[in-house]
Amino acid sequence: MDLSYGPQYDTYRQELREFIEKHRDQAPRNAPLKSDPLKSWQKLLIENGYAARTIPKEYGGHGGEPDLIKGRIIGEEFAQAQVPSGLGGQGISMLVPTLLELGTEEQKRQFIPPTLAGEMVWCQGYSEPNAGSDLASLRTSATLDGDEWVINGSKIWTSTAHLADWIFCLVRTEPDAPKHQGISFLLFRMDTPGIEIRPLVDMTLAPNFNEVFFTDVRVPKDQIVGKRGEGWYVANAILGHERDSLGDPNATLSRMTRLIELMKEETIGNERIIDNPVYRDRLMKLQARVMSLRFNDLRVLSSRLNNTDARLPRMISKLQGTELRHELEGLAIDAMGETGLMYGASEFLRDGGSWQNQYMYFLGLIIGGGTSQIQKNIISERGLGMPKEPKFEQSTAKAS
Amino acid sequence: MDFGLSELQLSMQENVNRFLEEEASLDRVREFATTDHSLAEDIWRGLVNLGVVGILVPEEHGGLGLSAMDAAVIGECLGHHVTPVPYLSTCVVAPRAIALSGSDAQKDEYLSKIADGSATIGLALSEACAPRGKSGVTFRDGALTGTASFVSDPHADHWLIADRDAKLHVIANGAPNLEIKVMPQIDRTRPLCELTLSNTPCDSLPNSSPEVLRHVLDVAWTTLAFDTLGSAQSMLDQAVEYAMNREQFNRVIASFQAVKHMCAEMAAEIEPSRALLWYAGYALDEASDDAHLHACHAKAHMAEVGTFVGKTATVVHGGMGFTDLLGLHYWFKRIGFNRQFLGGPEWLREQAAIAQNLAA
Repeated sequence: MDLSYGPQYDTYRQELREFIEKHRDQAPRNAPLKSDPLKSWQKLLIENGYAARTIPKEYGGHGGEPDLIKGRIIGEEFAQAQVPSGLGGQGISMLVPTLLELGTEEQKRQFIPPTLAGEMVWCQGYSEPNAGSDLASLRTSATLDGDEWVINGSKIWTSTAHLADWIFCLVRTEPDAPKHQGISFLLFRMDTPGIEIRPLVDMTLAPNFNEVFFTDVRVPKDQIVGKRGEGWYVANAILGHERDSLGDPNATLSRMTRLIELMKEETIGNERIIDNPVYRDRLMKLQARVMSLRFNDLRVLSSRLNNTDARLPRMISKLQGTELRHELEGLAIDAMGETGLMYGASEFLRDGGSWQNQYMYFLGLIIGGGTSQIQKNIISERGLGMPKEPKFEQSTAKAS
Repeated sequence: MDFGLSELQLSMQENVNRFLEEEASLDRVREFATTDHSLAEDIWRGLVNLGVVGILVPEEHGGLGLSAMDAAVIGECLGHHVTPVPYLSTCVVAPRAIALSGSDAQKDEYLSKIADGSATIGLALSEACAPRGKSGVTFRDGALTGTASFVSDPHADHWLIADRDAKLHVIANGAPNLEIKVMPQIDRTRPLCELTLSNTPCDSLPNSSPEVLRHVLDVAWTTLAFDTLGSAQSMLDQAVEYAMNREQFNRVIASFQAVKHMCAEMAAEIEPSRALLWYAGYALDEASDDAHLHACHAKAHMAEVGTFVGKTATVVHGGMGFTDLLGLHYWFKRIGFNRQFLGGPEWLREQAAIAQNLAA
């Protein structure tokens, strides 16, 4: 067992720290999408290899060799310094890797550079009102009319739809094919006529999502990634990537550190919460689980470095990471008691109201990105080799 | 960067597992459980031949001189096979305590006998970690007086015993003024007894100290956690296999989501615990500042996960899980033993809080 990254990485980390110190005043704070401070920060990070590090130069990236440890150090150092790292969002985290793997040369040149630069913002059109966990049953249709696809249907849970320039969207193009083989992966502009966007307010009372409606939306025929009917496989090439990033153990660890401080500050009667053995025991229980998931993550990283696949540890991380984070935020609310109920702009808030907000937000993440139940299907079927549910001869759908 | 078991650890586990599968089947465990619990010589001899018994004994005394983590991962194999041997006591805690705090003469006397399998040393440490009732022993003028409860291995040749001042001593089975009373308990793979001492002569370890005691308890907790890990993994494996073969409603029950999700939940609890235990073992070997904290958390957390798996895997087996026919209860009880022995999870979590100055 060797938990050091090696001396060459110590140097790398040191240089990165110096870079962050030197430039931290230029880092954008709450800057809107596509604003100049955001774009120039992103440009600076790409030039220095701290964003888009492994993406080839001809597509606007830094062109560095793949190196998992460097990627990890970048994440750790920006988080520790509390300085924003490179741009995220579904365009950069999901579409760019998909295009790199399956896009045409022309698509790569057209879409990747402006996306990386923060000039082109994307949203993801996957889920539909009647296609959630059973995503492959999606019904939004696209039919060819001359040189154009004509799209009709609707999407839901579409983050940033109201801010996006483009959408990458799963649509049914082969209605007679088996459901997984009838889907295509299309790219189109969000200002195309026939698109309507309605904000979807979630339980945090923020419009974090949207509903998007398509009525005879006409899209050029060649704006497709992969072939007709291959959209399911195109989307799945990167879906696992999203799951990996939900419930990040390092973020959970820093929340745990803050929770301990909070429990020293809050009192009940004349007693600090941390001095109450019941609260303290709950804290220690959670701490062991936070540690476990951090080491689980280290195990996944280590196996990647050694070219092996730690299947089960990888599969359980979304399920456990989101459930744990929800519980941790909930303990903070209990530690605060009635103060934990405070919400919205208020002088009574602790930590800007983040505990109540994250408590609810992570309930959303337990559901989003593949629900906990779907995760358990994946773990039992692909991890433990248990059989799928048999298909029903007759539909058990509710009578309409 | 390499976070995982070493080649050596994996190959030792493979050898030990192969031996236990062949020579220490559940039938053999049942046989042990129904006798008077004297040493299972056949299994012990096999473990001596594999070097496992002397794993922590320094090479100059005939052992392998390996690390605490190396020893702990063997615990995983023994838990997996519910093996009824005094491994934790004789092979892990006693040699570590004697090597750290014994005189040269004591090392010569005890360590080589441990390594060649000719002596077993049980543990009388419960009073030194989470004492119950009025038990406890006092040292005066070269002898011990008092009661030690929940002492492992009633047939051991010696016991390692901690007095009220956290000093360590060795007493011999057969010493004058020593009464041994078996304490029948739920896990029949690890028998317990009570020792009553009245001015009983002992062999005191001159360099023992609260620090040595704490270190050997950290090693013990980590090894017990690995034992539970092995038992829990075995219970999950058995539950999945049973569910893949048992048919109801014209289907194997492994195809029902209710059953699959129970198995997925077990796996989702076991895998991160495994990583926590690896780190706890690593921290012990590195003598890292956080070794004690992680040893506390490893045993407490693994106890909770083990309890969950013990219950859930039994339920997956339905009525058969509840019978003696299948013998699944040997694992259930082994996990139950590991949970309480040398401190239960609530007490250990309090130790974890103390280690971080979060409790007094």
